[in-house]
Amino acid sequence: MTAYIIRRLLIAIPTLLLLVVASFFLMHTAPGGPFTSERPLPPEVLANIEARYGLDQPLWKQLWDYLTNIVLHFDFGPSFRFKDRDVNDIIAQGFPISLTYGSLAFIAASVVGISLGVAAAIRHNTWIDYFAVSLGIAAQALPNFIMGPILILTFTLWLGWLPGGGWNGGQWQYLVMPVIALSTSYMGNIARITRSSMLEVMNSNFIRTARAKGLPARTVIWRHALKPTLLPVISYLGPVFVYVLTGSVFVDLYFSTGGLGQSYVSSALTRDYAVLLGVTILYGGLTVVVNLATDLAYAWFDPKIRY
Amino acid sequence: MRTFTRATLSALLSTSILAGAALAQDTHPETGEPLAADQTFTYRVLDEHSSVDPQVVEDVSGSEIVRDLFEGLMNQDEDGELVPGVATGYEVSDDKLTYTFTLRPEAVWSNGDPVTANDFVFAWRRAADPALASPYQWFIELMSLENASEIVAGDMAPEELGVTAIDDHTLEVRLTSPLPYFPFMTTHATTFPAPQSVVEEFGANWTKPENIVSNGAYVLTEHLPNERSVRERNEMYWDNDNTIIDKVVALVINDENVALTRYMAGELDRTEVPAGQFPRLSEEYPDEAISFPRLCNYYYTFNLSDSGPEAFKDVNVRKALALAVDRKIIVENILAGGQPEAYTFTPAAVAGFEPPATEMAGMSQADRDAMALELLAEAGYGPDNPLSFEMVYNTSEAHQKVAVALSQMWKQKLGVDAQLANMEWKVFLEERGNQNFELARGAWCGDYNEASTFLDLLDSASGYNDGKYANEAYDKLLEDAKTADDTTPLYTEAEQILAAEMPVIPIYHYAGVYMMDSDVGNWPVNNVEQNWYSKNLYKIAE
Repeated sequence: MTAYIIRRLLIAIPTLLLLVVASFFLMHTAPGGPFTSERPLPPEVLANIEARYGLDQPLWKQLWDYLTNIVLHFDFGPSFRFKDRDVNDIIAQGFPISLTYGSLAFIAASVVGISLGVAAAIRHNTWIDYFAVSLGIAAQALPNFIMGPILILTFTLWLGWLPGGGWNGGQWQYLVMPVIALSTSYMGNIARITRSSMLEVMNSNFIRTARAKGLPARTVIWRHALKPTLLPVISYLGPVFVYVLTGSVFVDLYFSTGGLGQSYVSSALTRDYAVLLGVTILYGGLTVVVNLATDLAYAWFDPKIRY
Repeated sequence: MRTFTRATLSALLSTSILAGAALAQDTHPETGEPLAADQTFTYRVLDEHSSVDPQVVEDVSGSEIVRDLFEGLMNQDEDGELVPGVATGYEVSDDKLTYTFTLRPEAVWSNGDPVTANDFVFAWRRAADPALASPYQWFIELMSLENASEIVAGDMAPEELGVTAIDDHTLEVRLTSPLPYFPFMTTHATTFPAPQSVVEEFGANWTKPENIVSNGAYVLTEHLPNERSVRERNEMYWDNDNTIIDKVVALVINDENVALTRYMAGELDRTEVPAGQFPRLSEEYPDEAISFPRLCNYYYTFNLSDSGPEAFKDVNVRKALALAVDRKIIVENILAGGQPEAYTFTPAAVAGFEPPATEMAGMSQADRDAMALELLAEAGYGPDNPLSFEMVYNTSEAHQKVAVALSQMWKQKLGVDAQLANMEWKVFLEERGNQNFELARGAWCGDYNEASTFLDLLDSASGYNDGKYANEAYDKLLEDAKTADDTTPLYTEAEQILAAEMPVIPIYHYAGVYMMDSDVGNWPVNNVEQNWYSKNLYKIAE
């Protein structure tokens, strides 16, 4: 098992390297650069700026310098757009925010989604089932960019219960709407997957056996049915965890949370190369770790899987 | 500590004692309006500011913060007129090449150090220095400072810049050519002083709230990127006793509709009105929805270079397209925010500019349409040989609406087939800058309140002239204007040339369209550059 984990982490290094190289060249092929502006800079000014950021060097040299700086100094370079800050700064400030509301949204989506799905499956074809299914579909049909404005209108303007945006160190009032907006559509999906998986498991032979043994329904569900039910849910949850962090741009946009999602998208639009690459590496690394965690979770949920 | 410094300051400033007494009664010393207990002004910004370093900042939202944190030689008042800042005044030599500013001795930094002429010398050299690589090095060149271009090009040391501290309170500035609007340029952030010891101690981190030292009416106390930045009263500011607003909060809200909702919920004192919503809002909230002219234009430019279409080289085609644009529909039905229709490139709101009485401006739309058809037929285009071209704009809902309206007007009135193409901003700039377009959207906001900031765009030597319009007589007029005593007739004549040749199609001029809480006092609606200073605002008790 330990050997497996080490092997997976070692494979991650060339994977990330490939990601950086590909992103680097893709980024540079996009027309315009960080200093293209409506007011074209005089050539001598542009030359000074490019010299300062090393953009006057050949591409391979820029890439080499970039990589050596990361490896030797853990320095992801200066932001080309925010002159007072560097990439380490931007990530250190934005990532904890994204991670906080992202994790909360992930937990909310998983707990509520799985509960809804299980409730619907064990009360199959009753009003609980119909209610859970309708709720799931409604949640799924409301992507976060629709949920955002609806929530703000309801809770800020009409009810006046919650502040319309901001972060304020992550106080709960500022967390409620971002977490709801981000979690609903995943919640719906999780409920649907759990429900169909549970229905299938409940009809399988080993559950019939368990029931035939005279085990109480509670034990059958908790001890025998839940684990296999969750296998397809786990494989869905892995990518979702990365999505709630990367896909958080809408939350940042509507709720001014100051997370990394907004910085990521705007860095692509403004060609802020260093920020774009830095966040890509972070998200790439995160994906690798989460994939590994998912695979390890498999082994725990399904005794047939061994590494 | 605080009371001590305040006492020292009031002793220094005998004049401010009276004003201080008036403030104690909680009414405005001049208008007598009752003042609110909470003097916090909160406003929305579209995007995170690029920097609060005066020599580096390049965006509007950053400049607004910098104007509060730092004070330059001169300030602007509510009408955009020059008033003393750190300098109490200036003298100009007979050849208009040397300016001597006298600095007020009572001005201090927020750490108590005096603001001296050397702080300006340091800042201006810093702005020109290739080592800092500020995007606003061009502004130092634009100011015509002696040796500026050589320093930016790296051929001379920054110490050679034409600015000298004669003594602690006398600053001498030498120009290479007379510049009538030079004093106005000292209200621009690039020219604000910088605290040398702090900049050298902290390097790029000197603008962080925990390090920054500033000389304006406010100090930066909090900065949460992409969320908010907070500036609070600077007790050390020389005119602190006349400052009423205690705290200014800028909230970053990317979506303008969300911002409007939060304004309605009372979280903001000021926000922009989304396009098209002004009529409804001004009906429902007549005291809060405001619209006033801004120094920005919106136009479409023809590509007149070799790579442009042959059809656009014919002035009749250009005129026909310009005539057929019903600006009233665009301004009233699409934007609906009180924007003025544009028949000249330069907005009429620009100081010292008199728009010429052009033929087009005086006609009815029906006459314009008829004339457009005639001109187009003369150029050889009609139902048998329809004119066809591509028009590009940068991706945005508002630009798309205008582009669709334009192409429909041309289609219906002239049978012209204009295909729309939108591009992401950076791609758009790249393509337009390389003349890879036929007709392209353009917009410009003035850097200073003078017609040349717009007209220079169409100078044949200008790097911003993406349509590559070239006219010797036009260039000559702009050249003459640089040294003329009365520039108004020259600029009017330049606009007449543009009206006759129509290298661009002016569509409309911008308006500032805001929701502004009615308890905000003294918002400078007459300052067309919208250079506002929080120290001049106040909150009225409700």
